[in-house]
Amino acid sequence: MMRRDPLLIVDGLRVTFDTPRGPVVAVRDVNFVLGREKLGIVGESGSGKSQTGRALLGLLARNGRVAARRLSFDGVDLLRAGEAERRALRGGRIAMILQDPKYSLNPVMTVGEQIVEAFRVHANVSRREARLRALAMLEAVHIREPGYVFDAWPHELSGGMGQRVMIAMMMVPEPDLLIADEPTSALDVTVRLQVLALLDDMLARRGAALIFISHDLNLVGSFCDRVLVMYAGRVVETLRANELRSARHPYTRGLLACQPRVDGDGSDLPTLERDPAWLR
Amino acid sequence: MNRAPAIEVAGLDVAFGRGRRAFRAVRDASFSVTAGSSFGLVGESGSGKTTVLRALAGLLPPAARFRGELRLHGGLLRPARSRALRRRLQLVFQDPYGSLHPRHTVDRILGEPARVHGLDSIDRRTVAALADVGLDPSFRFRFPHQLSGGQRQRIAIARALIIEPAVVLLDEPTSALDVSVQAEILNLLQRLRREYALTFVLVSHDLAVVSHMCEALAVMRAGEVVETVSVDALRADTLQHRYSRQLLQAAQGYRSTAAGMPPAER
Repeated sequence: MMRRDPLLIVDGLRVTFDTPRGPVVAVRDVNFVLGREKLGIVGESGSGKSQTGRALLGLLARNGRVAARRLSFDGVDLLRAGEAERRALRGGRIAMILQDPKYSLNPVMTVGEQIVEAFRVHANVSRREARLRALAMLEAVHIREPGYVFDAWPHELSGGMGQRVMIAMMMVPEPDLLIADEPTSALDVTVRLQVLALLDDMLARRGAALIFISHDLNLVGSFCDRVLVMYAGRVVETLRANELRSARHPYTRGLLACQPRVDGDGSDLPTLERDPAWLR
Repeated sequence: MNRAPAIEVAGLDVAFGRGRRAFRAVRDASFSVTAGSSFGLVGESGSGKTTVLRALAGLLPPAARFRGELRLHGGLLRPARSRALRRRLQLVFQDPYGSLHPRHTVDRILGEPARVHGLDSIDRRTVAALADVGLDPSFRFRFPHQLSGGQRQRIAIARALIIEPAVVLLDEPTSALDVSVQAEILNLLQRLRREYALTFVLVSHDLAVVSHMCEALAVMRAGEVVETVSVDALRADTLQHRYSRQLLQAAQGYRSTAAGMPPAER
């Protein structure tokens, strides 16, 4: 079998925000190597999971700083890359899907125009060609009437439909890495599974990698190949997804235990005791 | 425990708008809730579950048209209600960031309903309500922005309980919270229900939460109750309606084969 270099190498990633009350470290010493796989990053609010994803794209708020020993995407040193080089990667080879299509689609542009615009930034193609590609992609995300949705405005779409459009828009330039930050949290549960199946299908077809950021341990465990568990800016445990049940770290075990279960007995849920030693 | 129903909903119909543009948010919904028990209303967005809760709370917009019968311990609940009746039914909202007045202290947030209902010794009640939800008296002088999400939801629960209601309506009370905080709030709600013999109606999209909290549930879809079952049936996986089964499957995570693509036109 051919050995491929890893797509993404993250070594010693640290994200700091300068605030009036001094620097706040949101992510500290995060390390991982990503191949062509589905990697989940799980944690509660404030764990640093979203900032990790944003740091990879260079999309931190203005007071944020990224430092790392190494941060490289397919041979490109992201720490040294200039703004132009990063912009070429962003949306082209690395794409991001955000939580709520209601806020991430431009409300004053039709769906089709947005997809075409995003595509033409990254590929030197005619409007006609871009339109055809956009229509084909809308069909690929199982939208029944691509022509109708192409001409629709974002407010005319349901949440599930909007998120399909987002996926289509991100997949048109055929990225190698997709970063999805809570891509299905705003969707109803039955729609959620359809959107995930679609994402799974698109990734497999293109051989692209995924970083799936979520608070939902069960969902990530059932969808991804590997899971990083983050707590207070640190990765406390890395697991193969099918080994989630045999997690070692007390935080991971606590998170798993405190979730109510459909087949539970209704007795009090164990609550999570946070140990200051986890922060060392 | 008294086995009489605390809440009865019979043939509830709620519509917004008029004529051709009318939208029927709830269609012929019926269920009843045993006193001292907890009843779940499950469904996805737009299924009408929150509208049912609002109808019970008497919080439908005046323009909504409403048919059917709602009863609280046998007495008819009309849209216009006396203060005494309002006191017996309280509501806890989903978003603890939006449901507390940002410029009122906790003391004022808790004291206000007590004053509105003409209760005495408000100081004592405020401290007791805080203790009930596991917060010490020093919280009285904080503002909502100085509280975490879980603490805010505790305040919202204390505000509902301070006037000693019989029934508490809970609208997605933990869906804005982290799972570890959710566990604490669910435990708290169960303890308060036992201690004060409360009846709960819990609206949620999360079958695991409903299974944990409730004795029975109704599954709603597009304004209709498609199935009313005991939680035992849910746990034993004997749901009848296809849609309820779909919800249950969705609650169990992603399976690349099971998740196949039924064409979803939503």
